[in-house]
Amino acid sequence: MYKIAYSEIYNLFDRIKDVITLFLPAKNDGAVSFSKYESGTRYEADALNTVRSAKDFFFPQTQNIAEFKISGKSIEILQNTEETGKFAVFGVRACDEKSFGILDRVFLSEPSDPYYNEKREKAVIITAACNYPEETCFCTAFGIDPSEPRGDVSTWVSEDFLYWKANTEKGEELTNKIADIFERCNDGEIISIKNNIKTAAEKLPFVSLNLDYWRNTGEKEIFASEKWESVYKGCLGCGTCTFVCPTCQCYDVRDFDSGKSVRKFRCWDSCMYSDFTKMAHGNPRKSQKERFRQRFMHKLKYFPENNGGIFSCVGCGRCLKSCPQSLNIIKVARSVAADD
Amino acid sequence: MRIESDIILGKVKRLVSDGKADRVFAWKKGNFCYDTEPSLFTDNYVGFTYDDFCAANLCKFMINESKKDGKTLVLIKPCDSKGLALLEKEHRINRERIYALGVPCAGKIDMDKIRENGVKGVIGIEEEKENVSCNGDENLIIKTLYGDKIIPKKSVLYDKCLSCTDKEHVGCDEVFMPELSEDTYDGKKFEGVKKIENMPSDERFSFWRSQLSKCIRCNACRNVCPVCSCVKCIFDNDNSGIASKANSDDFEENLYHIIRAFHVCGRCVDCGECSRVCPEKIPLHLLNRKYIKDIKELYGYEKEPALLTFTKSDAEPSVIYERGEKNV
Amino acid sequence: MQINEKDKSNRPNENPVPSDENFTPLIVAFCCNWCSYAGADLAGSGRLSYPAEVKIIRVPCSCRVNPTFILRAFQKGADGVILAGCHPGDCHYSTGNYFTRRRMTLLFSMLDYMGIEKERTRVEWISAAEGAKFASTMNEFAEKINSLGKCRRLGDLRCV
Repeated sequence: MYKIAYSEIYNLFDRIKDVITLFLPAKNDGAVSFSKYESGTRYEADALNTVRSAKDFFFPQTQNIAEFKISGKSIEILQNTEETGKFAVFGVRACDEKSFGILDRVFLSEPSDPYYNEKREKAVIITAACNYPEETCFCTAFGIDPSEPRGDVSTWVSEDFLYWKANTEKGEELTNKIADIFERCNDGEIISIKNNIKTAAEKLPFVSLNLDYWRNTGEKEIFASEKWESVYKGCLGCGTCTFVCPTCQCYDVRDFDSGKSVRKFRCWDSCMYSDFTKMAHGNPRKSQKERFRQRFMHKLKYFPENNGGIFSCVGCGRCLKSCPQSLNIIKVARSVAADD
Repeated sequence: MRIESDIILGKVKRLVSDGKADRVFAWKKGNFCYDTEPSLFTDNYVGFTYDDFCAANLCKFMINESKKDGKTLVLIKPCDSKGLALLEKEHRINRERIYALGVPCAGKIDMDKIRENGVKGVIGIEEEKENVSCNGDENLIIKTLYGDKIIPKKSVLYDKCLSCTDKEHVGCDEVFMPELSEDTYDGKKFEGVKKIENMPSDERFSFWRSQLSKCIRCNACRNVCPVCSCVKCIFDNDNSGIASKANSDDFEENLYHIIRAFHVCGRCVDCGECSRVCPEKIPLHLLNRKYIKDIKELYGYEKEPALLTFTKSDAEPSVIYERGEKNV
Repeated sequence: MQINEKDKSNRPNENPVPSDENFTPLIVAFCCNWCSYAGADLAGSGRLSYPAEVKIIRVPCSCRVNPTFILRAFQKGADGVILAGCHPGDCHYSTGNYFTRRRMTLLFSMLDYMGIEKERTRVEWISAAEGAKFASTMNEFAEKINSLGKCRRLGDLRCV
């Protein structure tokens, strides 16, 4: 384990930047997003969550797949996927880091997704412990410990120091390249930081979120529940929750006719949209209620059924903050499970 | 003066028991003090609330509600009432099946602005009981997991409330306690637009480029808009040739936002919902308000739908080129 | 934003560069069937020349053109878009061009507000008898677009 004076943090970023492309949370016109670090970029240390999640790095909103050029009777197929160099992401929270594992189950199970895999292999994830979890955080409900973020490197921050601990080979490799900037220290120094985070996390409002109903009730029974009728009422059918969600993974593959060629690309899709999974006969989910139900059934029922009980939610709380109408997974999980 | 949720609920119950409506569309308390959600109350009023966090505009829900049998009572704030009136004018709702109850509004609180003050872990928000003055300088006590903080209420109101010029309801069946509405207008409605207009063209370009490049195409701005009421939007229609689920190129960002704003041009009621719901905090109202300002300057009115009418002496499009040097 | 930065990040943000020698602009002209299109015909039969890079799209009325058409033309690589219709008061359908006038005024104002060169868009009223005006308008517009150079701020980079 290493440490560096917190006041030296920009020197640390500069050093990392010299070794590997670095991304970290920074403010862009009022919204915090992962941005490429250049000298002068201000790290948004206080922001717990970026507006969009860190899944963008591996599963970007749009991904070029191929380009078809037609000349006469022949078609030329061009690969137009962008090469990605190695990169590091600093300041990923424990919840976002956990979400990669969930996405891995989708994209890396056979047949594995080459676009996702390529970026996943090239990334070094540097996580940050959450000193001040917010009221919207409920990662503990999914067994995530905000004081023990994983990733290739974990970091903790006290008032005076940033603590750095490599967890994997990739993390070690990066650490070795910049090791001279750190001083060594022992693991005991961060115990009090961890304890403070644990104490704070215990006081969060959703610490006792109970998901037993979703674990123990049959799929069909939940699907047919009358509660859906009332919980979806305020839903606008926008895609905000799905696009800010670190575990939403649905995409569409579309063609763009540029006049000279056809470009095939893949882009995020949202189950809230009217043309989601549209087939020749139309959208199988005709009403907003069905679309709304699909999202939460997928997260809390279908995904766990197929993946050994792992919920497709990490409790980052982004949907709690972003939903224009303040609907969210907590309200749904509780209302549908409620007895009345 | 404080608007009491219970008094509003009492009124609603009276109206329903008088047979004015069969169900109620209003706001429901959430998990926190601030996350109220639009909700339909049919047989009981569990969770009913009307407080400083009920910013969502309910009038668009009436498109579907008014297709049902019986009458729906809907709570309407002054800014919402304009949207409802427009929906009625454009025959998007069956007004006969709606009982619009105007409720007073003293400005709604923007949680993002509270969080910008460095507040984390909010567990309660109260109005300061002492030192309450009648000129709207109330303070909010923000209770958090990490201690309390006092913030003046005026500083955390939604932008849409700060540019709300009047708190008068239009077209409601009944307005309840309008005297409790408070003026929240900061007198700077067109400042934002003017500021951009006064930038050199390059700066305007980069301003919008950096704002619109944040867009994730969640379509919240479109879906929440009471004026955007097309059954099938051109951007959802694969046959339109311009439907796109994601902005693959910045042209698509421009296209979406220009067309969205243009489609409500002259009809926009300036309720500010588009900017409120944007997860990326893009100031979308600055696009809509630009049209409002242009219409006012070029055609001299605000209320009629400008693109559905004309006069023979309208300005020629070349008027745009003739604008001062600052716009070059 | 992120690692896979979209094509758009390559968009040059500088002033439009003056055109080089080899630049030929692409100009789309939406022409009303009843007047300007006939005006173009007249210009042709009168042997008045106008630039070949002006591509005419015939529309039943200038009012048929909605803002999406204009933007789509730019998307597919137009450097300038001109809309030609009947003189106000002479519309074949009585009032179509009055609506066009308002619509385009507001659209052009918005483009200008977003920092897109306003000189790239224009509305002109050209009657069926004004072959000479058609030719001179197109010549003048093409010259203007030529001096502005390639449209860099509104095109779709995938279509280049």
